[in-house]
Amino acid sequence: MKMFAAALVACLALTGVSLLPSYARAEIEVDVNRGDIRPLPLATPDFEGQRGAEIARVIMDNLSRSGLFGPVDSGGRRSEVAVEPDFAVWKSLGAQAMVNGKVQLVDGRLQVDFRLWDIPAGQQLLGLQFTSTPENWRRVAHKISDAVYERLTGEKGYFDTRVVFVSETGGRLERTLRLAVMDQDGANPSYLTDGSEIVLSPRFSASSQEITYMALRPEGSSVYLLNLETGRRESLGQFPGMVFAPRFSPDGSQVAFAVEKNGNSDIWVMNLVNRQSRRLTSDPAIDTSPAFSPDGSRIVFNSDRGGSPQLYIMDAAGGGARRISFGDGRYTSPVWSPTGDFIAFTRQGGGQFHIGVMRPEGSDERTLTSSYMDEGPTWAPNGRVLLFSRQEAGGEPRLWTVDVTGRILKPAPYTGGASDPAWSPLIN
Amino acid sequence: MKTHTALRWTPLFAAAALLGACQSTPKPGPETDKPPEAGTAVAGGSATGTGAIQPVRRPDSVTGAPLPGTEQDFVINVSDRVLFDIDQYDVREDAAVILERQAAWLNRYPSVQVRIEGNADERGTREYNIALGSRRANAVRDDLVSRGVSPSRISTVSFGKERPVDPGADDEAFRRNRNARTVLIGGVR
Repeated sequence: MKMFAAALVACLALTGVSLLPSYARAEIEVDVNRGDIRPLPLATPDFEGQRGAEIARVIMDNLSRSGLFGPVDSGGRRSEVAVEPDFAVWKSLGAQAMVNGKVQLVDGRLQVDFRLWDIPAGQQLLGLQFTSTPENWRRVAHKISDAVYERLTGEKGYFDTRVVFVSETGGRLERTLRLAVMDQDGANPSYLTDGSEIVLSPRFSASSQEITYMALRPEGSSVYLLNLETGRRESLGQFPGMVFAPRFSPDGSQVAFAVEKNGNSDIWVMNLVNRQSRRLTSDPAIDTSPAFSPDGSRIVFNSDRGGSPQLYIMDAAGGGARRISFGDGRYTSPVWSPTGDFIAFTRQGGGQFHIGVMRPEGSDERTLTSSYMDEGPTWAPNGRVLLFSRQEAGGEPRLWTVDVTGRILKPAPYTGGASDPAWSPLIN
Repeated sequence: MKTHTALRWTPLFAAAALLGACQSTPKPGPETDKPPEAGTAVAGGSATGTGAIQPVRRPDSVTGAPLPGTEQDFVINVSDRVLFDIDQYDVREDAAVILERQAAWLNRYPSVQVRIEGNADERGTREYNIALGSRRANAVRDDLVSRGVSPSRISTVSFGKERPVDPGADDEAFRRNRNARTVLIGGVR
């Protein structure tokens, strides 16, 4: 197996230092729970210094892709970070918020100062400095995006993150599947496997340095742990039949997965410390696609024990399973929001596939998307955006994003054939 | 193999020959072609003679058939795939007929090892379809075992919806992609 990812996790030290305290009240704010609001007009004039234009561009792309911010053309205007901006000028351009900044190399390290301005109020909302190695300039731009997003929405950002997915190339009958990883904005894509075997359902651990996935060959299947930093790959061991659908527990100490024996699939869990496996379900129906709650106490999973595939929740130690999905159609691939408030899933109904969300109790169900084939949602770490794969009839699957309201639906920036995405936690 | 089998399965054999199978079937067929006589125009050749063009006799067909006990014999004369209904894994009546033939063939060639590959159509999600394909593969395995094939000769795997035989996105493609395929993996002549 080739390993390209090691360089991505090179030594990284980003320190945020507040330059000025935020002022008391801002006039502008963004509500992430109302996807129908008009995007907040935001200007990101080129930062001063080397890579200043590129950093400003990455920040604008991130924030406008969220659907909550709309780009304002700066018309080539700059804004020095050390002096108060000319609010009247930015107001005349239609901006309500403005981010300016300055890039410097200090003793070989990249130092980026930036400020966020409330234009109508004529106030500074945020002033921070990030330092890192020069090659990490995109991550600095993502950190700034996260800081701006958090200041204006009150929610954590999700831009300094990565996505692991299954790259799909070739025609339907000779398709090559490879694990791949990229930044959430589609930058820096690299392959993690060589395409010689079918690879499915990659998932990040909480540390973002390890993924688990399933490899499928004619001789059978295996579940692996792959360390992105070292490239080390390790099998979870031999099982009687198919082993598939692995996911880490939130603390990274366990992996839950499905094991098939004589045609019957059940949920198992392995303790990664002592490598002991335990069976959590023993129903003659199909049980698969487990996903832990963020506190690790419960597992939502897919079962057709009631006659069709539906969602069930049980204790993480097994037992106490109860059904939570009661709408029309077939429910599969559940995934618990990192913030705990929703469970996202794939629903098949009316000849279409949908991404939807419901409360863990099964209430407040919402259908967010519909198409020939929408499948496999994964949550951004702030629990407000979902990434999933969409395939038109006869086409290749592509990655799409939708916000939790269902109103902001967009193709993801990575445009190659891709499926089974999994979003990483925020990188530290 | 019954003597009439070759005739009965000729259309399928032709398809297999296109795929490159059956290149080594040395059965002699009726050879009646003769070299063209002098002065007779050859179809497609340049007409150098002055007389009327004579009709050329259509050559007799050459038939062939796979040797008994070969993989081609199994695929063509027995059939290696059975189909399933939507979201189902019980063996249909038409599949049972094929599995009866598969079991008889496997009982005739007891050194052969098989792998049963379960497949699902694309109208389901990935992991559920892995589980569904496993059910189908195991249903075929159980059927063959019930017809006297030793379970030690059979392994199973599921490809879910990852290995369709038909790339289409219509009901006919889905119908064909809901299958279990019996693959000979060892002990074949």
